[in-house]
Amino acid sequence: MIRVKILGTGCAKCAQLAEAVHAVIVADGIAAEVEKVQDMQEIISYNVLSTPALVVDGEVRSAGRVPSSEEIRSLLASQKRGCCCKGSSGASGSSCC
Amino acid sequence: MKMTQSMRWWGGFLMAALLWVFLYGQLESFAEVLVAAVGLSHALPFGEALYFFIYEVPKVLMLLTAVVFVMGVVHTFVSPERTRAMLSGRRRGEGNMLAATLGIVTPFCSCSAVPLFIGFLQAGVPLGVTFSFLISAPMVNEVALALLFGMFGWKVALLYMLMGLLVAIIAGMVIGRLNMENHLEEWVQKLQGSTGPGNAVPDAMEWPGRMREGLGHVREIVGRVWVYIVLGVGLGAGIHGYVPENFMASLMGNSVWWSVPAAVLIGVPMYSNAAGIIPVVQALLGKGAALGTVMAFMMSVIALSAPEMIILRKVLRPRLIAVFAGVVASGIMLVGFVFNLLL
Repeated sequence: MIRVKILGTGCAKCAQLAEAVHAVIVADGIAAEVEKVQDMQEIISYNVLSTPALVVDGEVRSAGRVPSSEEIRSLLASQKRGCCCKGSSGASGSSCC
Repeated sequence: MKMTQSMRWWGGFLMAALLWVFLYGQLESFAEVLVAAVGLSHALPFGEALYFFIYEVPKVLMLLTAVVFVMGVVHTFVSPERTRAMLSGRRRGEGNMLAATLGIVTPFCSCSAVPLFIGFLQAGVPLGVTFSFLISAPMVNEVALALLFGMFGWKVALLYMLMGLLVAIIAGMVIGRLNMENHLEEWVQKLQGSTGPGNAVPDAMEWPGRMREGLGHVREIVGRVWVYIVLGVGLGAGIHGYVPENFMASLMGNSVWWSVPAAVLIGVPMYSNAAGIIPVVQALLGKGAALGTVMAFMMSVIALSAPEMIILRKVLRPRLIAVFAGVVASGIMLVGFVFNLLL
């Protein structure tokens, strides 16, 4: 079970991101709990500068844009791989560790 | 497999670029042929208007597409997080200039103005420097510049950019000088300088992906804006022959001193993006309104708006909002006067 949060104050792109994430979750049958966060102070607590942002298990995975569904898939999944080098350019990182 | 995909992107990009250059070179003769094909000529006012329309619409759209694509790619390099890291701890003056300049290339959407504003202050970016960014980002953007360039030439676009930067820098410096930090809402004051400029978002993008972002940007911006361009050029074509040439000159001409403050006062509460205002600018300029007055109007519509003030009210007390609006409006007015005086 992963916890997904979508941060955004209700702009058009925020709705797009929510939709795209939902579609990936349904298509892949991922066990996830999705929450939309609209409260400004909570959004800011994630140190995010631009919305919409995607937070998975408390970690900001993307901000300010709507990634493609393939990218959302890897953003949702990257935790499972147990990658040890956070922050390096490892969205696709197969030879990461 | 990854390799071939990347090659396909680059190949596609090259083809598209070549096609763009080729088509752009053909626009004039294309319009010529088309006008002749319907049996019209430049001698007739309608033929001239049609030619203008058929030539200008694809020209402006193509320019816009190219600029927006490039900016979409640039955005993948300059995230707001990176801009913040560059600005934190900068001194006034130097910081204001850098902030205003970065405002041109940093992706910015007015719906995330508040998190951005707070995020900057949180990382220790001075209030005045933050304002310089917040003024320049929406006002001096690639859509405004590409449209001005396409429709009125590079001089107008360059002047708009320089004047916009100047307003952003000076307004930010003035606000910084006034030491108004205690006019932020209390919860915002507490957050000031509370975290480092650290980056919460992983920067994980590779090359074909950057191009995909560029394409997405084109789809989003051009998809939304093309209507205004058709409208603006159509208006320009329409008034070519049908409205008396100096219709607006007596109202918004060079010699009418009060036209600049009036244009700013009307423009400030109005809300529109750069594209929406272009038809109006086209119509006014075409009919003898002075360039400075029209520029001031355009800047005040884009830079300040009633909805933006309402959003900012969440973090700013009324007094600071009033100062912000007042300083920016005065700056724009000054720009309008200087323009009218020089040109």
